[in-house]
Amino acid sequence: MQSIMNPLLGAVIFSLIFCTSAMAGDLDSFKGDKGELAIAGGTAHIPVMKEAARRIMTANPEIRISIAGGGSGAGVKQAGEGLVDIGNSGRKPSDEEIAKYGLHLFKWAIDGVAIIVNPGNKVRALSQEQVKDIFAGRISNWKKVGGVDKQINLYSRDEASSTREVFWKTALQEREIVANVNIIASQGAMKATVSQDPFGIGYISAGFIDESVAAVAFDGVMPSQQTVKEGKYAITRGLYSNTKGEPVGLTKKFLEYLFTVEGQQIVAEQGFIPVQ
Amino acid sequence: MIRGCERAVERLFFGAAFISALITISIFGFMFVFGLPLFSGGRFPEIMTRPWAPHLGVFGIYPMIAGTFAVSLLAMVFAFPLSMGCAVLISVTGQGRLSRLLRRTVEIMTGMPTVIYGFVGIFLLIPLVRGIFGSGSGMCVLSAALVLAVLVSPTMILLFCDSFERVPPSYGHAALAAGATKIQRFLHVTLPCAGQGIIIAFTLSLGRAIGDTLIALMLAGNGVQVPASLFDSVRTLTAHIALVFAADHDSLEFRAIFVCGMSLYLLTAILSLLARRAGSKRRQQ
Repeated sequence: MQSIMNPLLGAVIFSLIFCTSAMAGDLDSFKGDKGELAIAGGTAHIPVMKEAARRIMTANPEIRISIAGGGSGAGVKQAGEGLVDIGNSGRKPSDEEIAKYGLHLFKWAIDGVAIIVNPGNKVRALSQEQVKDIFAGRISNWKKVGGVDKQINLYSRDEASSTREVFWKTALQEREIVANVNIIASQGAMKATVSQDPFGIGYISAGFIDESVAAVAFDGVMPSQQTVKEGKYAITRGLYSNTKGEPVGLTKKFLEYLFTVEGQQIVAEQGFIPVQ
Repeated sequence: MIRGCERAVERLFFGAAFISALITISIFGFMFVFGLPLFSGGRFPEIMTRPWAPHLGVFGIYPMIAGTFAVSLLAMVFAFPLSMGCAVLISVTGQGRLSRLLRRTVEIMTGMPTVIYGFVGIFLLIPLVRGIFGSGSGMCVLSAALVLAVLVSPTMILLFCDSFERVPPSYGHAALAAGATKIQRFLHVTLPCAGQGIIIAFTLSLGRAIGDTLIALMLAGNGVQVPASLFDSVRTLTAHIALVFAADHDSLEFRAIFVCGMSLYLLTAILSLLARRAGSKRRQQ
């Protein structure tokens, strides 16, 4: 037994060393560092933040990175008040916010906001007028847009969500949203809800789309990395990380890491468009 | 020596009581001060009666107040008979082992974290409600009220049991000696004697139903509207605070949640005062 185990173990250790050393290039700056880094805010950012944090903490276990949600509003506020080191927002912080808190902005990805339906729903394309009518309550049955004869169940996001802000400004052109819309508090919850509701419609960050929900073409364009990158898909926004004042130390290194080849690779892997 | 020690302990307890009372009062003051920009200029009636439309500069919380009452009162409609039935089974008609088993189960249920009920509600109840009633998303007054009923029932059951068991046994023995059945004894002796306890249990549970955040947030749909049916999406005051909390903290939107907080505070304060009055009446009897 021992003789079988040892080469196996050796292989595992070898591959671990090999892998880490092969990938450690962009992580070198974290060597010898220790400390804590608190991140909060936009929920669209979380998958990228998590993956980056996982790699950094694997390479250097002395570093602890905590990642919380809360929405873009909370991200700007908490970074501005010094409660967290990095506050994420899915919108560019307003000029007042930047001036008031002395924020420094780092836009590390571009993201599409995709309209989603349940995979069981046959509707795969909507025009902007149809989307506006659906969210205003003027179209309330799937039959009118080529689906089954069922009531449309609307899902929107909370007041602090920048996904909502972008969707409302770009897709709905600031038109009213009907009062009986259900409000969901995060990207993940939105995906879970629409994947559960056969007659639901909602919207999430394009990076969050997987087989549990189906994206809908908006004015004939499907949201994808390609269409967002080429500017064909209309509902897009930047993903920002904000710091109070010039970032230093671990905060600076973390943000720099997001812009390295490896960092931008994570961005792409998670379904967003790298900025570089 | 002993007296000195006693006095010190007395002061310690007094201090603790004083501090907790002070905190409670200062929380109210804090909410009032932060909500002030909305009260000034006589906008208070407007807030309590108008709809919520921040992009139009209207910050009414009336739909949320209506939503809170709809969800919590409906929850009590489900929870009250359920709890009464369980309590009767446990402490009146139940046989030794069954009633002990039931009681243990209920005791365990009181400690269940809210989020678990909410989670189970999303994956089991919501699709069920959607399936059975055909229309709508399933996130509605009914779903939230059903789960809230399950949440508040265990505490209500135990409080009911307590109030039944506090009726002096001699009363019951007298009734049995006069030839009454267990049910007759319960209806004509125990229930009238335990009346105040039942009122207290009801008010405390209603307070809990009003104050719970997570279940309403996860299951009621959070649509800002005065509910017209059981299947309408509604937002409670607590869920509203949770949802708006992350908004820009200098906005009037954010200020409005302090008014929500005050309304909740007053509501639960009134309920516990009512419960206390019912309690003191009983002691005087």
